[in-house]
This record gives sequence, C-alpha cells and structure tokens, in this order.
Amino acid sequence: MTLEPYLLYALAGVGLFAIGLYALIARTHLLRKILALNVMGTGVFLFLVAIAYRSEPVADPVPQAMVLTGIVVSVCATGLALALAHRVQTTTGRMVLPENDESGA
Amino acid sequence: MNAPDGITDDTRLTPLRLIIMLFVLTLAGALGWAVCSLPEYSSGLAVTALAELSNSGVLNPVTAAVLNYRGYDTLLEIAVLLLAVIGVWSLAQAEPPAAFEPASPVLLSFMRIVLPLMILIAGYLLWIGSFAPGGAFQGGAVLAGVLVLLRLSNQDFAIWSHEVWLRFCLVLGLSVFIAVAVGVMAGGGKLLEYPRAHAGMLILLIESAALISIALTLAALFVGGRALSDEDSSSASENGVQPK
Repeated sequence: MTLEPYLLYALAGVGLFAIGLYALIARTHLLRKILALNVMGTGVFLFLVAIAYRSEPVADPVPQAMVLTGIVVSVCATGLALALAHRVQTTTGRMVLPENDESGA
Repeated sequence: MNAPDGITDDTRLTPLRLIIMLFVLTLAGALGWAVCSLPEYSSGLAVTALAELSNSGVLNPVTAAVLNYRGYDTLLEIAVLLLAVIGVWSLAQAEPPAAFEPASPVLLSFMRIVLPLMILIAGYLLWIGSFAPGGAFQGGAVLAGVLVLLRLSNQDFAIWSHEVWLRFCLVLGLSVFIAVAVGVMAGGGKLLEYPRAHAGMLILLIESAALISIALTLAALFVGGRALSDEDSSSASENGVQPK
C-alpha cells in the first residue's frame, strides 16, 4: 500500500487533535488549555482539507468552505476564551480553574 | 518547567496522566484506523457542487458553498462572531490608549505606505471571491489587520470611541444577511433561496456587509474589551480621570 499524500495530512490532523486533547485534559494552566483547543482545531481543519483533496479533478469545495469560516470562528472563540481566562486571573489571582487549584500548583 | 507567570506546570507522568495518555492514544489509534479505511478517491460533494455552480450566482465553488449551498451555516457563523464580541465586551473594558507607548516613527511611516494597500487588497479579495479564491472572510481578515496595526500604533481612538457607529457596523453583516435571507421569501422562495437572476448581486451585497463586520469583530477581539464610550469618558473625567 502506498502512502497517498492526503493520508499523510489526514493522519497528521488526527495526531494534532490527539496532542491537543491530551494537553486540554492534563494541563491546568488556562493559557495552555486555550492553546490546546487551538491545536485540536488546527488538526480538524487539516483533516478536512486533506479529505477534500481526495476528489478528482478538483478538490471538494464544501470542506474547504467549512474550514474557511471555521478559522475565523476559532479565532473568535479564542478571543472570548482569553477574555474569560483574563477574568479568572483578575478575580482569583491564578491562571487555573478553581477545581484544579490545589492539584495544579 | 516553569510557566512565564511563575505557576509551575509540572510535566511528571502521574498515574492519572498515564490513564489520560492511554485514553488519548486509543482514541488517536481508532481515528487513524478510520482515516486509513476511507476510500482512496471520493468526489464527496464536488460533483454536485460543480454541477450547480451555474445556478449559484458565482464562479468560485468555495464561495458558492460558503454563501449559497451552505448559507444557513455561514449565517449562524456570523452570528457566532457577533456573540463572541458581546461576550468579550461584557467581560472586560479596553485598555485606555494612554496605556500604550507612542508609536515609533518607523512604524508610522511603514503604516502610511502599507495601510492603503491593505485596504485595497481587502476590497480586491472581496471582489475576486466570486470567481477565484477570496471572499468576505479573507478580505475581513486583511481589513482586521489594518485595525490591529492602528491599535498597535495607538492611532485608533477615533474608531473605538464612536460607539453607535461601531455597534452599527458590528451587526451590519448579520442584519444584511438576515434581511436578504428573509427578503427572498417575498418572491416566493424558501429561506436563503436566492432568485437565480440576482444571486450574484445578493451574494456580493451580503459579502460586502460581512466584510466590514468580520474585520471589526476580529479587531474588537484584539482590543479585548469594550472601549470607553462618550458617556463613560465624561463620567470618568468627572471622577478626575482623563479620557484621552
């Protein structure tokens, strides 16, 4: 079995998703969690674009459209998450969620 | 390993983390197996998308998917952008401009050259989106870059202090999109079912409004909070704080 180029990118997307998921669960610092969410999202985008590439003669436009709008939405979600994290820090003085506060230090 | 703010984020492999890692590896393995078992060639929706292109009003299949085939999806995504700004504005207030250092002359003269070009490119991307890669989201990102540069050089107080105009432009994209989506029902169509003869013009209208809203939304998120309105600044100056 030869490794098709799309398969390499799709598997890299799955890998990014897994790395992000691990960091999202295992790390306590809020900035790391937000970064982890972004890494997961990038993995999903990479996967969608790779899947679209399988189509002949031109790439499937529908996953491309989903990624295109998804990038802007993920930037907005990151902005909102950063504002929430900043609020947590100004309120509690710590950049961790309250339930992680003892174990995270 | 020390995080920049001094919180020690230890990377030791505790039993709990080992369980999480096993869970994630299992999931990744299952996903990877699923990806490998996908057929090598699949046209997906490409055939349908290209066949209907002549009815969509544009010549670029991605733009057709964003604004025609999946218009409902994009409408909701633009609503999500607005919700994000509302969320950020209710959480925080923007840093007053005085908090930043004055911009360096190098940055200012660089901006004098590059900002007009960026605005031009944003409009070009919007226009070319109907037949080549481009569109409201790409143009909006470039236009947001203009606003971010203005912010970084401390030149944008006028933009964020006109709160009525700011709010009007933030909701412009969503309002025009909803107006068009509902408006086409007057001609007997379904929601978002553009009449074939006017589809191209309606898509350009929605995209132009969305471009402005997307750019302002991204820039507002970069600013990171609600700017001081005229009322706020006057009440602040009553309390002895200078608004500017």
